[in-house]
Parts: sequence; structure tokens; C-alpha cells
Amino acid sequence: MTSPITIYVPRDAAALSGGAEDVAHAIATEAASRRIDIRLVRNGTRGMCWLEPLVEVRTAAGRVAYGPVTPSDVRGLFDAGFLTGSEHALYVGPVESIPYFARQERLTFARVGVTDPVSLDDYLAHDGYKGLARALAMTPADIVKDVTDSGLRGRGGAAFPTGIKWKTVMDAPADQKYVTCNADEGDSGTFADRMIMEGDPFVLIEGMTIASIAVGATQGYIYLRVEYPHAHRALSEAIATAYAKGYLGENVCGSGKRFDLEVRLGAGAYICGEETSMLESLEGKRGEVRPRPPLPAIKGLFGQPTIVNNVISLASVPIILEKGSAFYRDFGVGRSRGTLTIQLGGNVKRGGLIEKAFGLTLRELLYDYGGGSASGRPIRAVQVGGPLGAYLPEAQFDTPLDYEAFSSIQALVGHGGVVVFDDTVDMARMARYALEFCAIESCGKCTPCRIGSTRGVEVLDRAMSGQNRQANLSLLEELCGILADGSLCGLGGLTPYPVLSALRHFPEDFARNTPKSQR
Amino acid sequence: MASLDPKLNETVAELVGRLKDKPGALLPILHAVQDAVGCVPPEAVPVIADGLNLSRAEVHGVISFYHYFRERPPGRHVIHLCRAEACQSMGQRGLEAHAKQALGVDFHGTTPNGAFTFEPVYCLGNCACSPAMMVDGELYGRVTPARFDDIVSQWEKR
Repeated sequence: MTSPITIYVPRDAAALSGGAEDVAHAIATEAASRRIDIRLVRNGTRGMCWLEPLVEVRTAAGRVAYGPVTPSDVRGLFDAGFLTGSEHALYVGPVESIPYFARQERLTFARVGVTDPVSLDDYLAHDGYKGLARALAMTPADIVKDVTDSGLRGRGGAAFPTGIKWKTVMDAPADQKYVTCNADEGDSGTFADRMIMEGDPFVLIEGMTIASIAVGATQGYIYLRVEYPHAHRALSEAIATAYAKGYLGENVCGSGKRFDLEVRLGAGAYICGEETSMLESLEGKRGEVRPRPPLPAIKGLFGQPTIVNNVISLASVPIILEKGSAFYRDFGVGRSRGTLTIQLGGNVKRGGLIEKAFGLTLRELLYDYGGGSASGRPIRAVQVGGPLGAYLPEAQFDTPLDYEAFSSIQALVGHGGVVVFDDTVDMARMARYALEFCAIESCGKCTPCRIGSTRGVEVLDRAMSGQNRQANLSLLEELCGILADGSLCGLGGLTPYPVLSALRHFPEDFARNTPKSQR
Repeated sequence: MASLDPKLNETVAELVGRLKDKPGALLPILHAVQDAVGCVPPEAVPVIADGLNLSRAEVHGVISFYHYFRERPPGRHVIHLCRAEACQSMGQRGLEAHAKQALGVDFHGTTPNGAFTFEPVYCLGNCACSPAMMVDGELYGRVTPARFDDIVSQWEKR
């Protein structure tokens, strides 16, 4: 009896959105009818979204990929002999030799797309829980020092040094402390959190467990947006397994330390990605922003010292602990150390996830990786860092992706989302959308954001209908200044970025009238 | 205030009883109620408030804060169409206009046959396969107007 042939069909939501479930079903059915013994693994995505659903077959020469596969291609793939890695119109070759993939530096995403996400055995076979094993042999102060020395900064967007946050919580005396993971990933144009939660949920669980040991917390929460049901299923399954195998609960890996972990669902409020608003929501309240100080590290969830970290920050911790701070710090440039998980989306030929040391330029990203626009038209603008990120024109495409370089051009790296627009984009409409979004999602706590966003839409509409255009655009700039200076949090504070960058770099789009129907 | 029909009352009370001792129990309770009965009916508010020792105003304030919670039952299926930037860069505005015309409703509306409630959403995390939409938790990417019609007609039968 020969061993079954292993075939991988992703369970990632992006792959499913292109029909991966039907493809998996068609492969199983076809194999059964041909009496071929296969083992179907539902892996995460490799992040090459334009090839999804991407089917891989394990052959003597490694894993060979075919994509994008539809159910109607399946019979032909079997006929062509794809089980031995044969040529076919959809053949893309050994998956790890595809230049898009081969040129990446996958540290945090090392296992995503490779393993079965909900298999603890697979996780352990691919270096999983080595970071925790090392952490359990260290003092809390040494764990925190490792994270500090790695140079890891908050990947949610604020880029605050993770180790310093941890130290504050470690040093705060309290009977109860918390580790919370901000998995609200509401920033449009971003999907790295989703991909890691669906593609390697154990790495997040391990990162949070290490954090809990470092600061002396016994309870953790993952605050997950309700728009991510696939991530919810993967996390729930992985957490249940971790409990069953002693990686969570009252005696983590026999260390005598307790750590309980629970997923809590958000309810469609963008603002709950702001850390204090997220804490309010976890407490069962309206997600209104809290004034700072006090910092959540001192007085956070239920008034106790609390770590609030983004998914990618926490998921980067296991490899730092496993390989040491110097290993991680050696990637990157200047004060931006380690890797950035870039999410390339919108009007681009080859969109997907690219994990790479800080320092790649936008131009390399857009053309070498992205292959230009999907429409084939010239790329006119990109928005980096979510709905509150600046719009950048071609003249700024040589900016390297690092925190300081972006901040020097009044832009944000944020959570690493890059959205591409071709030359059909109307930047006045995008500026209006940014203000409208702020009005819809404002929590209402502070006046500049609550009122200013709505007034901003009105002022821009007046300008774009030709009423005192210059005066109204000047008024809009002034209003943006008030939003930036007077808002309690980043929503009102950063909405001026997309608005003012659109005005500054694409003034021609504000010089003509927009008919009401097209706003 | 209208009272909850006895069966709903029992369901809500049971969920409150099961979840009320969790720290920060209100959101988990609201999710559980909406999962069970399709919405959080106003008549459920006093039951929840009572169980958590909150005022009805506090509970109502939380329900109304979050876009996801609804006070009335939706159609048989809920369509969420993404409005965010990446989708806009790939023709979302045209798709949105098409969807509104095809369904005959605006955002937040329910089709007259009760099959669909149509909601906007601000990113589904599928930005490399734009434009995206979700029907009852199932995600679709690279949605054209023709594909939209196709998806809708499949769900109409379910």
C-alpha cells in the first residue's frame, strides 16, 4: 500500500471567496471516483491572492502549485497528472520558488500557508512553542528585555515599542493583570491579522501566553471583529486544542502558571480598534474613547494593568523568543526593526501579503511585486496605512516603507495596508469618503471628530459644487487642523491625512465641479 | 412597553442566566440573543438589564452604539457589501449602484419578498480580491455585477 498523496487547498477566507470550498470538494470527489488515495489539507494562504484558490500537491520535488483553480479545472488537472507535478495551463511551479514568495522574509508568517492551521502537531513539527519553552526558563524581566531589544514596535499602527509597554505592565503592582489582543483590524486595506489568525492561530496563542508570563497576567482576551467569522472558527478550534493539550489553563506546560484565553466578538464599530475604546467594549460598554492618561498599561481593562497589542505584534513574539532578540533586530533599517507585513490590495495585478524587512520602497512594491495596476492603466495614487492614511502620488513612490521615512512626508505606515488606484480615481471623492467614514464611525465622545467630520463633508460638497471654491477649501484645511489638534484619538486626529494629502498632491481634482450624483 | 412573547422571554432569560457572570457580559449576551432570535428586540432590553443590574438606558445605549446589533429581524439573508477604498478602486461604486437597483432597496433596507437585508460594511479583509461582499458569513471576492446577480439568485433559493 502506498501512502496517500497530500493536496493542499487553503481554508483562508480570500481563497474561499474565490471558490476554494468547491475546489476542495471537487478534488475529493474526483480522487474518490478514480480510487486515488489522497490526504486533503486545508492550509492557510501563501498570500498570493491573485492565484487563489491555489492548490498545492506534495511531490518528490517539493510542493508544486496550480492556480487559480476552479472546480471545472479539477478533472483536467487529474488528467494532466498534477498529482506528480505535471505541466498544465494552471501550473505555477514549485510554490516556494515563485519570485513573489521567494523574495520575502517570512518570520511572523513562517508557517502560514505551509501547515494545517488547526493542527497542534503540525505547529509543533514546524518549531511551534519553542519560544514559550525558552520563555518558561527565563525570568519575566529577561523576557521583557528580549522583546525590548528586538526593536519590535506596535504593528497596529502606532509603532510604540512593545517591550516598553510590557515593562510598564510588569512593574505595575496588581492582583489581576490582563493581556488583550486587538484583533479588530478595522482598517480598510489590511488583512494581515485575518490571515495569521486563519492561517496560524497557535502563533497568536503562543505570543499571548509568553506575554502573560512576562507580565504576570492570568487572563487574556482576543477582541475579534465580527466581520471575520473564518478567523473566529480557526481561533476557537485552536484555543480548544491548546486547553486540551495543556498549553492553556491552570498549569501552562506544567509550569504552574495559569493563563486563560477567550475570544470576544466586536459588533461592527471601527472605533473599537482604538485601544481604550476596545477596552470599554470588552467591559460591555459603548466603545467610547477614554482620555489618556491613565495609560491602559497602568489602568486598563476593569481598571487593571493591561497589555493591549495588535495581532501581528503578539504573533511576532514567539520567533523573537525562539531565536533571540538579535536575530529579529538584524532585519530592517534605522529605528524600524524586524519585518513589516505589507498588504497589497485594490487596483493591482498581483495583490496579497508580503512580509519583508522594513525598507522596501513603494515603487518596488507596486511594480516588482504588484506588477502594476490590475486595469493596466497607470497607477496614480496609493493610500498607505488604512482609511486614515495619506494618499501618495507617484512622486513619492521612492519612499522606503519605514516608520520614520513615512512620518517625514506626513504619511503613515500604519498597519501596512497599501491600496492602489489607477488614473480613473477621483481624489475629491476619496477625500469626501474619508470625511464621511469618520462621521459614520465617530464614537461621539469628542466634538472635533463628531461634528467636524460632518461639517467637513458639507464644506467639501459646497466647494465641489462651485460655491466659493477657494474659500471653502481653505475652510476645510482649517477644519482639518482642528480635527488633528483637538480630537481625543486617532480617528478624528488622523482623518486629515487622507483629506489634506489628496488636496495637496492632487489639486486638479478639486478644481472642477463634481455633479451631486457622483460624490 | 410591549412584553416579550413567553418563548422569546424564556430564551433571552436563559441566555442572560448562562452568560451574566462573565466579566463584561453585555456584548456576549447581545451576540447570543441576536444569534438565537435574529435581532435584539426592544422587549428583550428589560430582561437583559435586570439580569446585569444595569438600567434599560444603558443596555439600549450599547445596542444602538454598534452597527451590527439590530432591533428588528432582518430578511432571510443579510448581504454585506464592502464600501471601502480597495473595493472602490476596483469598481465598487458601480457595483453598489447595480446592487441597489437589482435588489430594489437602499442600504439598511429589506427586499419586499423578505429574502435579503442589504447592509454596507467597511472592509471585509479581502482587499486583494476586490470588490468583496459577504452573505450570511460567506465571503465573495472579485464581484462583478453579473457575479452579484448569480450569488443573489443562489441565495434566494436557500
